Amino acid sequence: MKIALFITCLADTVYPSVGRATVAVLERLGHEVVFPAGQTCCGQMHVNTGYQRQAVPLIRQHVEVFEPYDLIVAPSGSCVGSVRHQHGQVARRAGDEGLATAAETVAARTYELSELLVDVLGVDDVGAVFPHRVTYHPTCHSLRLLRVGDKPLRLLRNVAGIDLVELPEADQCCGFGGTFALKNAETSAAMLADKMSNVLATGASVCTAGDASCLMHIGGGLSRLATSTRAVHLAEILASTDGTVEVRS
Amino acid sequence: MTTFLGLPGGLPHADRHTGQVEGSLRFPDAARTALADGQLRTNIGAATRTIRTKRAAVVAEVPDWEELREAGRAIKTDTMARLPELLLQLEENVTARGGVVHWARDATQANAIVAGLVRAVGATEVVKVKSMVTQEIGLNEALAERGITAWETDLAELIVQLGHDKPSHILVPAIHRNRAQIREIFLREMPGVDSGLTDEPRDLAMAARRYLRAKFLTAQVAVSGANFAVADTGTLTVVESEGNGRMCLTLPQTLITVMGIEKVVPTFSDLEVFLQLLPRSSTGERMNPYTSMWTGVTPGDGPQDVHLVLLDNGRTATLADQVGRAALHCIRCSACLNVCPVYERTGGHAYGSVYPGPIGAVLSPQLTGITGGDDPNDSLPYASSLCGACFDACPVKIDIPNLLVNLRAQHTEAHADTHRIPSAEQIAMAATAWAMSSPSRWARAQATTRAGRLLGRRRQVIRALPAPLSAWTAARDLPRPPTETFRQWWAARDAGEHR
Repeated sequence: MKIALFITCLADTVYPSVGRATVAVLERLGHEVVFPAGQTCCGQMHVNTGYQRQAVPLIRQHVEVFEPYDLIVAPSGSCVGSVRHQHGQVARRAGDEGLATAAETVAARTYELSELLVDVLGVDDVGAVFPHRVTYHPTCHSLRLLRVGDKPLRLLRNVAGIDLVELPEADQCCGFGGTFALKNAETSAAMLADKMSNVLATGASVCTAGDASCLMHIGGGLSRLATSTRAVHLAEILASTDGTVEVRS
Repeated sequence: MTTFLGLPGGLPHADRHTGQVEGSLRFPDAARTALADGQLRTNIGAATRTIRTKRAAVVAEVPDWEELREAGRAIKTDTMARLPELLLQLEENVTARGGVVHWARDATQANAIVAGLVRAVGATEVVKVKSMVTQEIGLNEALAERGITAWETDLAELIVQLGHDKPSHILVPAIHRNRAQIREIFLREMPGVDSGLTDEPRDLAMAARRYLRAKFLTAQVAVSGANFAVADTGTLTVVESEGNGRMCLTLPQTLITVMGIEKVVPTFSDLEVFLQLLPRSSTGERMNPYTSMWTGVTPGDGPQDVHLVLLDNGRTATLADQVGRAALHCIRCSACLNVCPVYERTGGHAYGSVYPGPIGAVLSPQLTGITGGDDPNDSLPYASSLCGACFDACPVKIDIPNLLVNLRAQHTEAHADTHRIPSAEQIAMAATAWAMSSPSRWARAQATTRAGRLLGRRRQVIRALPAPLSAWTAARDLPRPPTETFRQWWAARDAGEHR
């Protein structure tokens, strides 16, 4: 199938390895990945910080770029959540019914990676090898906005060699929340501290999730604690065939 | 700006300085105290975790829970769509059954009405059923100014009152106190208490019981709130656990109920839905121990002088917002507080208003009105990571994250309308939106982030940044930007493939 990659601004700029991994998994499964070059950002940060009017041109840009494609994937529960649950509403609030309708059409064809693999492509074993102790953090927006349920776990369970351990209080937010981490930094850090205790209690060497943003938060905290536990995106584990993930340069 | 015909200047909001609808500090500053208090975090964490577990268990055993939630949402949506006619119907039915209905635009009016009614019967004391709305309007303080003492009879409210404290939770207002602290408060403040009082829950409850019994038997006037008011019968309802409410609602001659106008439900059979949703969501019980219902006056039985004070205090203004009005659907179960990771860390006092937690963050700012300024309530919609746990727990399906996002938009838009000089955040958001609405501009903006590679060369991460990003690096490292963006990598790969 021909699949358009919606990379997300964060993965594009800060975590290109997550994008490369997403491409690798889909191509290994025999699909054609295209990268519509006009894409920028879904506007979630603007919407969630209160700048809905400013987000409208971003939504328009996103809709125009992705409208020609029948199947769109993003390695992010949060950005797909914004496309599905915010784009139409923000456009409508701005009085642009045409954009709202078009946005809803694009949203209906947009999937988070685990949804695409399990629901659309019908795959729960992507042929990955990753012999490490891994714990999975279900990000709030995959869990509660998209309801991805156990799809990421089904994919992870089929990874060869993986030692998948359950994360205590897994459904608790890591405290990222976009600009929340800056505006209410101390509350955010208190939430992060509890998330990290739970991650470390598993003895896992890798904490994975479907969102680079939450992983930037958890990983940033783990790095500050100077632990050897790393944050690795779900796509990177699924892309791995030799037990390693790309080392950041 | 929305224009309200016939009401120049818009609909009235709650007065920020009457009662307790707004604190004195913005949320991040108010939260700082709580975050630094280890005992408080332990108390709240333990208590919310217990209620959360109980709730999850009793909700799981109801096969049609989702249908019940949907029914609750539908009834509330219908109620809000025709609130004026339902309130008039309620007034008509309460009056027909011998009750007296009073209308209060705001806290000051409501307090004056209640004080007038207490004075009219010559009383100097009232007993109170636990009620959020009387705290919202600061009734106890307003009565005290007029020489009338109000005694809280709910155990937790009594702890708060005796401790000269403020409630920090809707359902369990003394959640921030543990039993050792409660014992100390009782020993210090409760007249006639046994000096050998232990911190055993039964011992503490018995001390309160002895203390309160005398109040119930002598009070001439009781003041209550109402969980529900049925428009088609004029029936008022109070749902409680301790039986103190039943005492207050049946023993005194005069009963004054203060109720927010959003508490009306259309028909008696609608209670069937809410009386299933409420106890499971709030206390995690299948059914609450006491449900009291009264309809006007029953001659020779119970209070013979029955009043209902209908309070607006910013509710009509809230109703005018088609998205925000869902906050008025709240049945004050507090399930959203118990699942909220922010509430669990900060406790209720950080929210300033008597309505804490996620529902407070969407209700309080609407009652007082979003200004776009530095008002503490304008900071509340930002006191959330938008994790969505509150929406999942809400028995009437209030989409709190969506309301929060909409209130944030109202805040920034009101700010832009009232400030000639844009804030740094506004400039940053406008600049990023400008860059991100064009792929070529965005690619150039991305190139500038690579300058960040100059930072963190030694450790491969960035450990310190100037404000406002210092808020991030205070507790977390930031990754060093990569040598090439994904789109650069893709373009290079593409070129290679097509060569």
